[in-house]
Amino acid sequence: MADILSMPLPVLMGQITLGLVTGSFYALLGLGLSIVFGLLHVINFAHGAFYMLGALAAWMLAQFLGISYWPALLLAPLLVGLMGVLLEKTMVKQLYGRDPLYSLLLTLGIAMMLEYGLLWKYGSAGMAFAPPPELTGALNLGFMILPVYRGWIVLCSVVICLAVWTLVHRTPLGRQMRAATEKPELTGLFGINVPQLRSMTFGLGAALAALAGVLAAPIYQVSPIMGQSLLIPVFAVIVIGGMGSVHGTVLAAYGIGLAEGITRIVFPEAAALAVYVVMVAVLLLRPDHRQRRF
Amino acid sequence: MAPASAPGARPRLLHPVFLLLGGLAALLVAYHLLYPVFVMQVMCFALLAVAFNLLLGHVGLLSLGHAAFFGTGAYVAGYAAKVWGFTAEGALALAVLASVLLGIAIGGLALRRSGIHFAMITLALAQVLYFIIFQTRALGGENGLQGIPRPRLLGLIDISDNGAMYVFVSAVTGAAVWAIWRIGRSPFGVTLSAIRQNEARMIALGYNVQQIKLAAFALSAGFAGLAGALKVMVVQLASLTDASFFISGEAVLMALLGGMAFFAGPLIGAVVVISLQLALVASPVPVPMILGALFVAVTLFFPRGIAGMIARR
Repeated sequence: MADILSMPLPVLMGQITLGLVTGSFYALLGLGLSIVFGLLHVINFAHGAFYMLGALAAWMLAQFLGISYWPALLLAPLLVGLMGVLLEKTMVKQLYGRDPLYSLLLTLGIAMMLEYGLLWKYGSAGMAFAPPPELTGALNLGFMILPVYRGWIVLCSVVICLAVWTLVHRTPLGRQMRAATEKPELTGLFGINVPQLRSMTFGLGAALAALAGVLAAPIYQVSPIMGQSLLIPVFAVIVIGGMGSVHGTVLAAYGIGLAEGITRIVFPEAAALAVYVVMVAVLLLRPDHRQRRF
Repeated sequence: MAPASAPGARPRLLHPVFLLLGGLAALLVAYHLLYPVFVMQVMCFALLAVAFNLLLGHVGLLSLGHAAFFGTGAYVAGYAAKVWGFTAEGALALAVLASVLLGIAIGGLALRRSGIHFAMITLALAQVLYFIIFQTRALGGENGLQGIPRPRLLGLIDISDNGAMYVFVSAVTGAAVWAIWRIGRSPFGVTLSAIRQNEARMIALGYNVQQIKLAAFALSAGFAGLAGALKVMVVQLASLTDASFFISGEAVLMALLGGMAFFAGPLIGAVVVISLQLALVASPVPVPMILGALFVAVTLFFPRGIAGMIARR
């Protein structure tokens, strides 16, 4: 164990940056899960697989079609989002009104098929994906050295979180989504196409996960099971943030990311446990805290 | 739940004596026709699935963390037998005790939320245990505990050969499954079903619903731990997989596939899933992909499971 105060500043800042990067992924993934849960009451276990599909799609676009990072950043989420809409319309939709455990197990099954089917084809060895030349290198900020790509991930994530918050809270579409979350039948009676809204929300969640995947592709290895280790901590994050709440999820995500970074300095073996420790603390301190919506 | 019928109306073929004799005959045939270690593994997983379904089928609580109890049972029994030289029944008892205590801890936390939140919290807490086992050097980390002996029963009876082990595992799983069946039909079991059907009314009637749920959770955890401990005695290895999400998912799949509304459902599910794994062991097709396809098919097309399809006829 090292004393946090005797750490050289660049090391401390380095871990904080890493924590912010982790937090960015938690936030992007948690947001998608959270809005899908809010509107559809579906806990999407395929979310990690969508994240993986985003990264894999970017890799494939580069490998087979020679499409570079920037178009892929848009194309991959679009493709995965469309797949999400299709999955919702063909399968997930049939389970509304049933016990939510069925949709949970359906999406778990979809994730297992996607992940292990692709694992069979591509193997578990990670595939390298180069970051675009514009985002390589590092910035010397004086008190620390910031790798440009890590800064880009954090920037991207913050902008997207703000955009999603604005979409949900400040646009007519977001108003319809919130209305459909509270009272689906009544919203339908006002002439709003609730089933369509649900499909689009599921697609949006999938697209957000895929976007996180494309962002992750250059810094983590692209592999069919890359989403597995990320999904369970993200579940804990949205339990902490209050499921269905946009700002709760985002704040919890960055908080947990930072907590992990700091734990890694003090007690590295326990870094992966930080998120669960916080979750247990929240459960103990707020035993009947009500689930907020949006 | 199968409708409770009046004693006189019970079909003669399902009389307990016939069931017992039929079961013994089936065990004897299975021992000679199939690979005994395979049959013993089926029995351990059947016990896990039935223990899991005590929660899902009776109380309607979906636990995604039963690997924590299966794994605890496996590692505690393995460590006690290998390092401390416990006898067979001592190792099993310690494993069950540890699983029950862990069940009270995890259940106590997870029951602070309901429904889908409950499921996710059990999943997260089971992951914590997985990390702890992974990091503990005494438990072998990634290699698990290997070369675990099959200790003597009561310190006297040698059960190290497959035949004796087969009798021992059959007797213990048989007794445990019977106990879970009895629990389901006891006043306690009826209370559990009543909570599933109308929790608000049970609270209004003055039942301490939280405490009853916690008791059911601890019981289920204890039986799952017993299943893990038995598995360790059969295969003489406690591996990290025993505590991983894969095992939790398998327990869910067995109950769902077999039919969670029926007592025999998880038993049928366990036989099908473990047989499928054995059949696929030599093929390049990844087992989890097939299990995933089963999840999709069952949830979409036959949510009542195999037992449900048989009962509908």
